[in-house]
Amino acid sequence: MMNRKIALERLKTLINDEIVVATYSTASDWIEIFDRPLNFFSFGAMGLASSHGLGLALARPERKVLVLDGDGSLLMNLGTLVTISAAAPKNLIHMVWKNGSYEANGGHPVPHQQVDFAAMARAAGIASVYRANDPESFESAVRQALSVDGPTFIEVEIEQGPLGPRSYKEMYKASRRQRLREALNA
Amino acid sequence: MGNQPDEVQEARAQARVLTGSRVIDAIKRSGVSHVLSVPDLHTAKGLLTPIRSDPALTLIRTCKEDETFGIAAGLNYGNKRALILIQYTGFLYAMNAIRAMACEHKLPMCMMIGLLGKEPDVAPQDSAKFGVRIIEPILDILGIKRFLIDDDSCVDAISPAIEHAYSASEPVAFLIGRKPV
Repeated sequence: MMNRKIALERLKTLINDEIVVATYSTASDWIEIFDRPLNFFSFGAMGLASSHGLGLALARPERKVLVLDGDGSLLMNLGTLVTISAAAPKNLIHMVWKNGSYEANGGHPVPHQQVDFAAMARAAGIASVYRANDPESFESAVRQALSVDGPTFIEVEIEQGPLGPRSYKEMYKASRRQRLREALNA
Repeated sequence: MGNQPDEVQEARAQARVLTGSRVIDAIKRSGVSHVLSVPDLHTAKGLLTPIRSDPALTLIRTCKEDETFGIAAGLNYGNKRALILIQYTGFLYAMNAIRAMACEHKLPMCMMIGLLGKEPDVAPQDSAKFGVRIIEPILDILGIKRFLIDDDSCVDAISPAIEHAYSASEPVAFLIGRKPV
């Protein structure tokens, strides 16, 4: 198990022109660490980060798309694993950051702590699946995922971060979305 | 057909029908490249079956209807046009995604909603089916423009409405009233 910010600092060194789709607590940390036009902050409907990522991956097959999903979020949209597997975008990397809690909603636990998301992804038909629980295994998994055809899935075990509501006003502002649109369609 | 009396053929010609291929042509004229769908008995044969074999359209099958809105948003940021093809029950299921992406973020979510069980030549608001009756008022409350596509005479509205949705960045809903053939 590792600290999310340490893992995200490591992720910053591994990416270049990839699109990063982040949601809730991971998004809050990511925006502090690497604020960039090619970030997409999943908005408004919990669980849909991977669906946003799938749409972006289908629209822009020349770019890798990394989804930084949460375990609570993914549990709200488990069918997405099957949808992604069937659509089979080669450029989509779906990570679930697993801390067993609805961290953004006050830290209450998800219904079951022992959910094996990697096994679920495999069972849904996603062939390239990795697990990471420390910075070294995380870096290795990301490097592998970036180098193979997807879709790929990474289960990342992390510690629970700071609890409670964070400010999403800055993250969701329209100018940030416009910046992404311009970066993608320049 | 060839053995039918002239009056039968004439009656068929004058009957109100919704031709699936005409709807699909209108979708393609609008620059839509992706169709995102959960199957709906109302449109399964007349729309979804021909769409899945149409080389000009990429069909993405989803497990639940709210996924279609998430995917359509991603496609939109990547500069691709999508049509969401679902049943009215799926529209109701996906309400929070619609609230977020179509209404608050004003993304051009183009929905084609099958009104399964709507009686022919009965307005949706007058349907005996509760689920069918509530769809138009819900769209009105959400502020989403709606078009009833009940027969071939309505099909010409589709392409300009999709164009407008994308140029104005706002959602639009097409209610499929009659089962397409």
